[in-house]
Amino acid sequence: MKQQEIFERLHAKHGGAVTDFQAGAKDPWCKVDPARLVEVCRTLRDDPELDMKFLENLTGVDYPKTNEIAVVYHFTSYGKRHDFCMKAMLDREDPSVETLSGLWQCARYNERECYDLLGVIFEGHPDLRRVLLPDDWEGYPLRKDFTEKDDYHGIPTVRPNPIDLFAIKAKGKA
Amino acid sequence: MSEIVFANPQDDEMVLNMGPHHPSTHGVLRFVIHTDGEVIRKAYPDVGYLHRSIEKIGERCTYPGYMPYTDRVDYLAAMFANEVWAAACEKLMDIGVPKRAQYLRVISCELNRIASHMISLGAMAMDVGAVTPFPYALREREFINDFIEELCGARLTYNYHRIGGVSFDMPAGWREKVLAWIDHFLPTMDEFDRLITNNEIYVRRLANVAVITAEEAVSHGLVGPNLRASGFDWDLRRDRAYSVYPELEFEVPLGRGARGTVGDCWDRFWVRVEECRQSAKLVRQALQKIDEHPEGDVQGELPRKMRPTGEAYVRIESARGDMGCYVVGDGKDECYRARFRTGSFNSLAVIEDKSEGLYIADLVAFIASLDIVAPEIDR
Repeated sequence: MKQQEIFERLHAKHGGAVTDFQAGAKDPWCKVDPARLVEVCRTLRDDPELDMKFLENLTGVDYPKTNEIAVVYHFTSYGKRHDFCMKAMLDREDPSVETLSGLWQCARYNERECYDLLGVIFEGHPDLRRVLLPDDWEGYPLRKDFTEKDDYHGIPTVRPNPIDLFAIKAKGKA
Repeated sequence: MSEIVFANPQDDEMVLNMGPHHPSTHGVLRFVIHTDGEVIRKAYPDVGYLHRSIEKIGERCTYPGYMPYTDRVDYLAAMFANEVWAAACEKLMDIGVPKRAQYLRVISCELNRIASHMISLGAMAMDVGAVTPFPYALREREFINDFIEELCGARLTYNYHRIGGVSFDMPAGWREKVLAWIDHFLPTMDEFDRLITNNEIYVRRLANVAVITAEEAVSHGLVGPNLRASGFDWDLRRDRAYSVYPELEFEVPLGRGARGTVGDCWDRFWVRVEECRQSAKLVRQALQKIDEHPEGDVQGELPRKMRPTGEAYVRIESARGDMGCYVVGDGKDECYRARFRTGSFNSLAVIEDKSEGLYIADLVAFIASLDIVAPEIDR
C-alpha cells in the first residue's frame, strides 16, 4: 500500500486524529493527535490491511521556533512490505504523550531514550527513567537550547584550545 | 558492590551486580540481577557507559564531515554505519551512486559482516567456556582486517564510504587475494562447524536456552539474525532490496530448531554461521560482476553545496540487523537532527523480559547469542 492509501484508510476510521498528510516528502508522513495516538496505533497494528507489526523507530525532534517537540514514529509492515511515518507534535513547555508500551514491547526502551534526551513524558509508561545519561543529569541534551555545563561532578567538559593553553603556560613561566 | 544485598531476607532474594567490566558483557554494559540462588528472577540492564552523544555531534558537523563519527556507532561493523549515513544523505539530496561504487559498498559491507560475526561467534563460544574457537575466528577476521586496510587504510573505523560513492577503488591484485581467501574460508567454516557448532557439549549447553518466539521477537523489535533465528523470514537485503543486492544471489538462513526449539541460543549461533557463508558467496559474486562497470568510477556527482531541507529515513541490513538513519535538514551545512536506529538497543528489553527463570550462566550465553555490542546501544 502507498502511504497515501494508508493515510486515507486511517483518516476514514479516525477522522481528525490524523491530519496534514505530507505527500511531497521523501518519506510521506502525517500528524497524529497526541491524545488519540494509542487508538490510531492500534489500528495500524491490528488492521490486516495495514499490518504494521514492527515499530521500527521512535525518536524526537525539537523545534523551538514553533515551540514544539515532534515525536516521530516509523512503522514497517513485514507482511505487506510497506512503511509509514507519523509525528505527534507536542507543546514544548509540557511535552507529554501516551505510551505505546502496551502495543509494542520495544516502545518501552525507545520511549525511555526519548525521555532521556528530549524530556518527553510518556504517560502510563511503566518505568520512565533515564537510560543513557546518569540519573542526576540536568537538562535534555537533544533540545536545541541545551547548553553544556562547565563541569560534571568536578570533571571539566571543555578543554582550552591548544593555542590558548600555550599562552596560559607561557604566561605562567614569565 | 562489595557485599551481598538481600532484597528480602525472608526468601533469599539477592541483588547482584554483573559488569560493567564483566568479561562476558561485550563492551561496557552492566546488569543488576535479582536472584534466588543460581536462578535469576529478573535482570535489569544498565547502559550508558559508552554514550558519546553521537547524535548531538551530528548537529554540529557538516554532512560529509560526520562520516568518521558514524564509524563509532558500532565499531565492530563500522562499514554499515558509514553506509546508512551515506544512503540517508543520498536520499535526502537525491544523489546518485555509480554502480561500481555500489558493488564496492556491498563487498566491503559483506566482508565486514563476516568480520563482525567472527567476533560474535568466537566470543560467544568463549563466554560459555570453549576457548579454542576464538582464535580460529579471529584468524579469519585478521584476513578481512588486512583486506579492508588495503582498501581504505583503516582496520577498525573505516571511514570508507562517501556520500555519493566510496573513497577508493580496489587496489591492483586485491580481487585475486580476496577470492583466494574465500576459497580458503568456506572450508574453514565447515571445520568451524565440526569444532564447535555441532559439538555435542556446546549444543546441549545452548539448545532450548532463552527461547524467543517469532511473535515476541517482532513485538520486541528484534532485527537481523536474532529475528531470523526465531524463524521469521525477513531480510532487508532481499525484501526491501537496496543497492545492488537484487543482482546477486544468496539465501536467507532461518532458525529451524534443528537441535532444540526454534529461537533458542543455538539457533542464533547457527544463523550467524550460515550468514558468514552467504556473505562470502555474495563477495565472490560481487567481485566477479564488478568489472562490468568502468574502473575508477566510484564517486557520483555531488551538489556544490550540501544544504538540503526535508527529512529522510533509510534502513539497511547491518551485521546486527535493521539499521536505520533518520536525518532532518533545514537548509544549513549541518543537519538539524541525525538519529541512528540500531539493532542492539532493542535487545535490552528482551533480556529484561526473558531473564526470568534463567540460570546466571545461561544469562551469559543469552547476552552473547543476541550479539550485543555496547557502543551500538549507547551511541
